[in-house]
Amino acid sequence: MPSLKDLRNRIASVKATQKITKAMQMVAAAKLRRAQEAAEAARPYSERMGAVLANITQAIGGGGEAPALMTGTGKDDVHLLVVCTAERGLCGGFNSQIARLARDHIRKLLADGKQVKIICVGKKGFDILRRDYAALILERVDLREVKTLGFVNADAIAKKVIQLFNEGGFDICTLFYSQFKSVISQVPTTQQIIPAGVPTATAEATDGGSAVYEYEPEPGEILSDLIPRNISVQVFRALLENAAGEMGAKMSAMDNATRNAGDMINKLSITYNRQRQAQITKELIEIISGAEAL
Amino acid sequence: MAEAFKFELVSPERLLVSEQVESVVIPGAEGEMTVMAHHAPVMTTIKPGVVTVKTAEGKAERYVVFGGFADIVPAGCTLLAESAVHVADIDRADLARRIQEAREDVADAKDDETRSKAEQFLSQLTTLEGAILPA
Repeated sequence: MPSLKDLRNRIASVKATQKITKAMQMVAAAKLRRAQEAAEAARPYSERMGAVLANITQAIGGGGEAPALMTGTGKDDVHLLVVCTAERGLCGGFNSQIARLARDHIRKLLADGKQVKIICVGKKGFDILRRDYAALILERVDLREVKTLGFVNADAIAKKVIQLFNEGGFDICTLFYSQFKSVISQVPTTQQIIPAGVPTATAEATDGGSAVYEYEPEPGEILSDLIPRNISVQVFRALLENAAGEMGAKMSAMDNATRNAGDMINKLSITYNRQRQAQITKELIEIISGAEAL
Repeated sequence: MAEAFKFELVSPERLLVSEQVESVVIPGAEGEMTVMAHHAPVMTTIKPGVVTVKTAEGKAERYVVFGGFADIVPAGCTLLAESAVHVADIDRADLARRIQEAREDVADAKDDETRSKAEQFLSQLTTLEGAILPA
């Protein structure tokens, strides 16, 4: 049985922990709002990009002009996985969920006799995947120093991927990230970015497409400029969704932790009070029995 | 007064401009072009340069863009810029860094084609620097 002093110390330490988790929750909530705003602000660009891309592929009409980034190499022997996770932990199952999805995928690919290469974005995914597949990891992109995610960060990753593709380093590239559904639900997702599937024209795009477009320079040239940019945009979107998801997961994890700490404090306080009472009773008995003995 | 049309300037990070404008000057890959209402549908890539927007109220705003492309339809014009900032907010150090990087690209170029592309990009950047320095 712990002494009264032990219990008092224990309660004090749990209270301190609760304060920390509470503060972390509030920080995460503030950051979540910012991350969500950033994700929303980036939406118009990717939407318009999609529309333009659909438009231009329609103009080319699936001719042989489409660049290799779009049609692929025609093989699927070497797979590149870009696994995006958070840089920090303490956000519930967020990182491990993405890593688990990636690991299942890798296992399946390896079982099929494919070659797998991995690029890790974020420290946590790297830490998890390193245990089993350290030999497959090509690179680890560190975003820890980055305060606000910019397009340049995504662009750098996309450029690396494209360069590797041009050198014939892989056939298919898949992006792993967590889709931000809501604060309490983030869904780990896979998305194939190379070869980029030919987007189907939306109704709105076909309306505008009925007019004859002029292209400056040639459509093929624009397309070859557009596709790498589109890959950067996809990566950027994945990173933003991840950032929002991480904060959401962290917020709910810290909320749970705060509540658990509260429960723990309640239980400890009850034990403490009971023991104090027991001690008082014991002392009283000692005094009374001492008086009676006289 | 010329008719107004809808102009949108979008960078990956945010939507910079979305308003009714009278005319827009775009630094197209094959020369500058002025877009007004009812322009024929054109899609063009843009080079680093200054976009001048004349709003429906007659104000002129200037934005610096670093590459991207423009989608022009009779109903409006959408400019998707890789990076765009208002001329007043341009960061000179950033521009100098980009020029430095372009210089390195020229030095690193392995074949003539990439070298000429890199040189072209560098000259566009230095022209841009010259254009906005007095501002």
